Amino acid sequence: MSIKLERINYIYGQGTEMVVHALKDIHIEIKDGEFVGLIGHTGSGKSTLVQHLNGLIKPTEGHIYFDGQDIYAEGYDMKKHRSNVGLVFQYPEHQLFEVDVLSDVCFGPKNLGLKKDEAEAQAKEALALVGMGEQYYKRSPFDLSGGQKRRVAIAGVLAMKPKMLILDEPTAGLDPQGRKEILELISGLRERAGITIVLVSHSMEDVAEYVDRVIVMNKGAVAYDGAPKEVFSHLEELEEMGLAAPEVSYIVHKLREKGLEVETDAITMEEAAKDILAALEARRKGNL
Amino acid sequence: MELEAAISMKESIKSILKTEKLVYEYKQLDEEGNVEGVNRAIDEVDLDVQKGDFVAILGHNGSGKSTLAKHMNAMLFPTGGTVWVDGMDTGKEEHVWEVRQRAGMVFQNPDNQIIGQVVEEDVGFGAENLGVPTEEIWERVEESLRAVGMYEFRKHSPNHLSGGQKQRVSIAGVLAMHPMCIVLDEPTAMLDPRGRKEVIRAARGLNDVEGITVILITHYMDEIIHADKVYVMDQGKIAMQGTPREIFSQVDKLQSLRLDLPQVTLLAHELKKQGLDLPDGILTVDELVEALGL
Amino acid sequence: MIRDITIGQYYQTDSVIHRLDPRVKLAGTIIYIVTLFLVGNIWGYLLATLGLAAVIKLSKVPLGYILRGMKAIGFLLGITVVFNMFLTPGTPIFSFWIFTLTWEGIRTALFMGWRLILLIISASLMTLTTTPNQLTDGMEKALKPLNKLGVPVHEIAMMMSISLRFIPILLEETDKIMKAQIARGADFESGNIIEKAKAMVPLLVPLFISAFRRANDLAMAMESRCYRGGEGRTKMKPLIYKKADKLAYLYLLGFAVITVFVGRL
Repeated sequence: MSIKLERINYIYGQGTEMVVHALKDIHIEIKDGEFVGLIGHTGSGKSTLVQHLNGLIKPTEGHIYFDGQDIYAEGYDMKKHRSNVGLVFQYPEHQLFEVDVLSDVCFGPKNLGLKKDEAEAQAKEALALVGMGEQYYKRSPFDLSGGQKRRVAIAGVLAMKPKMLILDEPTAGLDPQGRKEILELISGLRERAGITIVLVSHSMEDVAEYVDRVIVMNKGAVAYDGAPKEVFSHLEELEEMGLAAPEVSYIVHKLREKGLEVETDAITMEEAAKDILAALEARRKGNL
Repeated sequence: MELEAAISMKESIKSILKTEKLVYEYKQLDEEGNVEGVNRAIDEVDLDVQKGDFVAILGHNGSGKSTLAKHMNAMLFPTGGTVWVDGMDTGKEEHVWEVRQRAGMVFQNPDNQIIGQVVEEDVGFGAENLGVPTEEIWERVEESLRAVGMYEFRKHSPNHLSGGQKQRVSIAGVLAMHPMCIVLDEPTAMLDPRGRKEVIRAARGLNDVEGITVILITHYMDEIIHADKVYVMDQGKIAMQGTPREIFSQVDKLQSLRLDLPQVTLLAHELKKQGLDLPDGILTVDELVEALGL
Repeated sequence: MIRDITIGQYYQTDSVIHRLDPRVKLAGTIIYIVTLFLVGNIWGYLLATLGLAAVIKLSKVPLGYILRGMKAIGFLLGITVVFNMFLTPGTPIFSFWIFTLTWEGIRTALFMGWRLILLIISASLMTLTTTPNQLTDGMEKALKPLNKLGVPVHEIAMMMSISLRFIPILLEETDKIMKAQIARGADFESGNIIEKAKAMVPLLVPLFISAFRRANDLAMAMESRCYRGGEGRTKMKPLIYKKADKLAYLYLLGFAVITVFVGRL
């Protein structure tokens, strides 16, 4: 399984005064089993891009291939495609509507034409994956906490058994602990269910720790695409795009600027601590 | 003589907001409307905010911090204990409107608190409600919009502004009511990093330049490192209080309260654990540089 | 897709007409419409058309822009004209089955169509030159006497202006909810009426919940900014008649009297 975008351009508002070139020549491929962080400031085009991936928006120009097949080819089963490439939107409030959690999660599989018991089986499996036990099945989705709502929303998409899961800002509005829980859950999904994951975020800290590839969007184009360490080394450029690298990147850069011979590619706190201790040790030895 | 003057000075610094044994309970109803139990959202909270301070209230979701905020401008009333705003008991009905004028409030969702269809009309809304004469409203609107850096957007429709800009418009709307204190109830929770910076900068500007008391409710640690005083809430109670440095030096306790710390504080903590001799509660990169003797 | 709907459209420019007090424009539109119904001959219609043309010219709204808005009612206009042509009794020209075309019919149909066009243009000219906010303000002030009868004029005006502010927000939200459900395999397009209605549930439930939450938040925000109804409230932009407004009333009355006089000769 892979999804490939070829020279995607998306322009809207044609024929009015407000023509917006929202995506410019996007060329990316996401391979099976990857965990990708898609980062960009509000209005950078990242949300528009992910809506292209599951066929909610049709590109003005260019092609999208899923498993080698053009998703806009005649006779392509778009409903099937949307179940293969699951998209979870930012606010769970935009999708929860049923009287209880289990029925809500059944909505997706039922739309795919599954019978009631099959749909329920898939829904239960999905709820188990997000850590929502049986005691929640009959609860109203509107009475849940913010973090729980998000889990149910994710389960609602997982229940369609996607091969790839895209999450648009899944941690917005949660408190630190809630953010951590959701991120742990998502990264666990890849390991436990073998799903390819695209995590859309504006928080570098969130992404740095979990993903193995970062794509940075700026003004509708791909600015960087690579391993987190490599991308976060462009501190100043990221700053200019209204993004910030993880705070530890700044710290190690600053320390180096002040004369400590420390490695500057650390992106997590633990790495930075190790590097700093090593540098201090080297310095002490040098002084002796 | 000088000593006396100093003492009377000190007395004239009044507390703008004070709570004593504040309790807020609400009944939980089952499906038939019977009382199932009583929830205590706020549990005997004592607060004292001095005029001109920048106070931060921290807590995870559900810790009671927003319920507390709503007591500060008479949107909710105590079920036990007392809240005074500028010396007025908020529980007394005759004080409600005066309390709301003195302690303005900015809420979390930028879309759900803008009433006007043009920025300047929205900023004038509160002043209109107070019965301020037309000409003065215009003066106040201009001043307030300039104070938050949104003057050039005065003729715009709020629908076309970014989240951070909308929140600054809301702050201006409160400012135009000439309050003594502004309560910001998670104003940045729905914003991106750029919007968060804008709003915090505007709030600090009000405090530094205009001398307005600011009470910032948040769960982002990096927003409070400049606060004069920090309260941390948990389960309706004040779990910690002190200066940011005092608070941040208790890394383990904060984490047990489901809160994050600034990365640099965590890093310093980690280095200390590994045997480096560092002081507690390092808040900025510069402090770390200095502490490492670089 | 859903955002293409425009409601209460306003043509932004600066003109004498735009600057007029909304009450003048409200009264003017009503007086003009009444005048239209009082005139009965071609001279009256010509005068009325001339008057409207002058106002359009002053308003700086391009004629093409106004006429584009007329397209939507073309069908209605056609039916009115055809019905009047064939169903008015009088001297027959020719007839088939139960329909008879008469001279009187043609005359009535032409006048009726003409009147309708003028009527709609004059009404749309008002919304084109007045912001929704000014319009509600104007209505609030003009209807103030009804307050004494217990009609909550201020509250109604406030509700109207808040609705106008939230329409674009809710439309955008509808778009998002639709997408979120389509991503879960929902289908809003195919199926018969009952299936389509059922398919709306996953859209409407989140939309209503969100609208109620917004209403709740907004009420709180308004109260915290000391809103307590219209009493004791001052206005940032109070409506005060200026010289131009008084002159406009004079012109309007003069125009109406002359047109009706000529139109009934």
